[in-house]
Amino acid sequence: MAATFFGEVVRAPCRAGTEDEEEEEEEGRRETPEDGEVRQQLARKREVRLLRRQAKTTLEVSLLEKYPCSKFIIAIGNNAVAFLSSFIMNSGVWEEVGCAKLWNEWCRTVDTTHLSPTEAFCVFYHLKSNPSVVLCQCSCYVAEDQQYQWLEKVFGSCPRKNMQVTILTCRHVTDYKTSESTSSLHTPFLKALKTQNAREPPCCSLLEQPNIVPGLPAAVLSYCQVWKISAILYLCYTDVMKLDLITAEAFKPVLSSRSLKGLVKNIPQSTEILKKLMTTNEIQSNIYT
Amino acid sequence: MFVPCGDSVPDLAGCTLLMPAVSVGNVGQLAIDLIISTLNMYKIGYFYTDCLVPMVGNNPYATAEENSTELSINAEVYASPSKKLVALQLRSIFIKYKSKSFCEKLLFWVKSSNCAKVVVLSSSHSYHRNDLQLRSTPFRYLLTPSMQKSVQNKIQSLNWEEMEKSPCIPEIDDSEFCVRIPGGGITKTLYDEGCSKEIPMVILLKFVSEGDNIPDALGLVEYLNEWLQIIKPCCDDPSASALPWKMPSSWRLLFGSGLPPALF
Repeated sequence: MAATFFGEVVRAPCRAGTEDEEEEEEEGRRETPEDGEVRQQLARKREVRLLRRQAKTTLEVSLLEKYPCSKFIIAIGNNAVAFLSSFIMNSGVWEEVGCAKLWNEWCRTVDTTHLSPTEAFCVFYHLKSNPSVVLCQCSCYVAEDQQYQWLEKVFGSCPRKNMQVTILTCRHVTDYKTSESTSSLHTPFLKALKTQNAREPPCCSLLEQPNIVPGLPAAVLSYCQVWKISAILYLCYTDVMKLDLITAEAFKPVLSSRSLKGLVKNIPQSTEILKKLMTTNEIQSNIYT
Repeated sequence: MFVPCGDSVPDLAGCTLLMPAVSVGNVGQLAIDLIISTLNMYKIGYFYTDCLVPMVGNNPYATAEENSTELSINAEVYASPSKKLVALQLRSIFIKYKSKSFCEKLLFWVKSSNCAKVVVLSSSHSYHRNDLQLRSTPFRYLLTPSMQKSVQNKIQSLNWEEMEKSPCIPEIDDSEFCVRIPGGGITKTLYDEGCSKEIPMVILLKFVSEGDNIPDALGLVEYLNEWLQIIKPCCDDPSASALPWKMPSSWRLLFGSGLPPALF
């Protein structure tokens, strides 16, 4: 509690996140069977499911158990997805092998059994010419309580040590801690984090202390670190979180990494495709037309 | 579950496990950071769990370029074999409804590793203190019944204050009295489970408010040090400055980046 200048007493927020815990304890004591039922229903609604859209079935095993791979590349967020789409997916023939379906406050997919094309926010592909390369385009928000489920459904319980994982994502530059002001930084810029067992050197400088990364990228990287899998996370700090050409292009240095080098064919052509992708989206987002 | 860094599971039998509760001011976590950093403890494994919000970053205890590129996750275990100390550091908050599950998994691991005792460093909202508490030291302790008699005697000789019981439901006059730790996160759950599962456990906490909690963390580690003597004072001169607790490099920029010059 704290007294404000005007003499009123307000409850100061607690950064250790313990407010919920106290409520939760009390809830636990007062929870009726109906409350428990509601909670279970909500948990079921929030479950992460992996589907095979063409066959309209659910995957019984984890994705990488069904489609073992030596390279797993994942883009999380619209700019990373646009980058992979233009530079990697347009340079080869990719076949969809699965799709993650989930519901949360930000990602409100409606039907529980089928997914329409516009609702396919987290799609997995493998390269037809080399099926041991698996790619994931994830543009939906995966909530905290869904991240471990997502990991289980994708990676399963038997980690494959000889896999190389590459993660691409963006964060807002105001999350970047530095002794100078963030307004003086030249955005966008790329930083990397790698696991202990990373086999390839990063294509940019490493993320300095005390910066941290949360969310699905952190969940994937943590999994790789704990189970000794080679993985690198490329993080683009930008001041534009919506789809943006300069931000997406900031991932270009990653094309020289060992994982992605063999997958990209024609960079100028891909750059043009990326520009077209941006223009299409801009027209759609103009509320005055 | 505990996953070792190396190929074999380290032997923690007879060790003292130090751990924080994620609590007001993050005091327990700051205190554990100080202990790991000062004693130069090294990482022996991860406590991989789906109960904590994921996060990653580079080595928070880096002292040089060479050791700054080791990845850290949200729950890691460090050791100082010479002092028979093991420290679990938690770096993120619990996912909703998962805190009880975490306590169960943690205490299962504690029992199966045969740790001699568990010390939980925590804190509680200072605004919840009653009049007596306001006038006394801000430090409190709690012991589970299975805590060894020798530890109980030692703590009594230090003249420490035990955490007082307060009305379970403050609004009701004839409410029962119980131990309440507002703002303490899982501290109360750990204590209750420690009692029922017969785990030798000591809770050390400080009454704090949110703000710059570094001095509170320093206070808490010195309180712990009175008992465990983790580091010995360099000399007996009472006017000498406080014990040399080393702040980790990750404590830089705790309150954000630098300010834009245009602000002034």
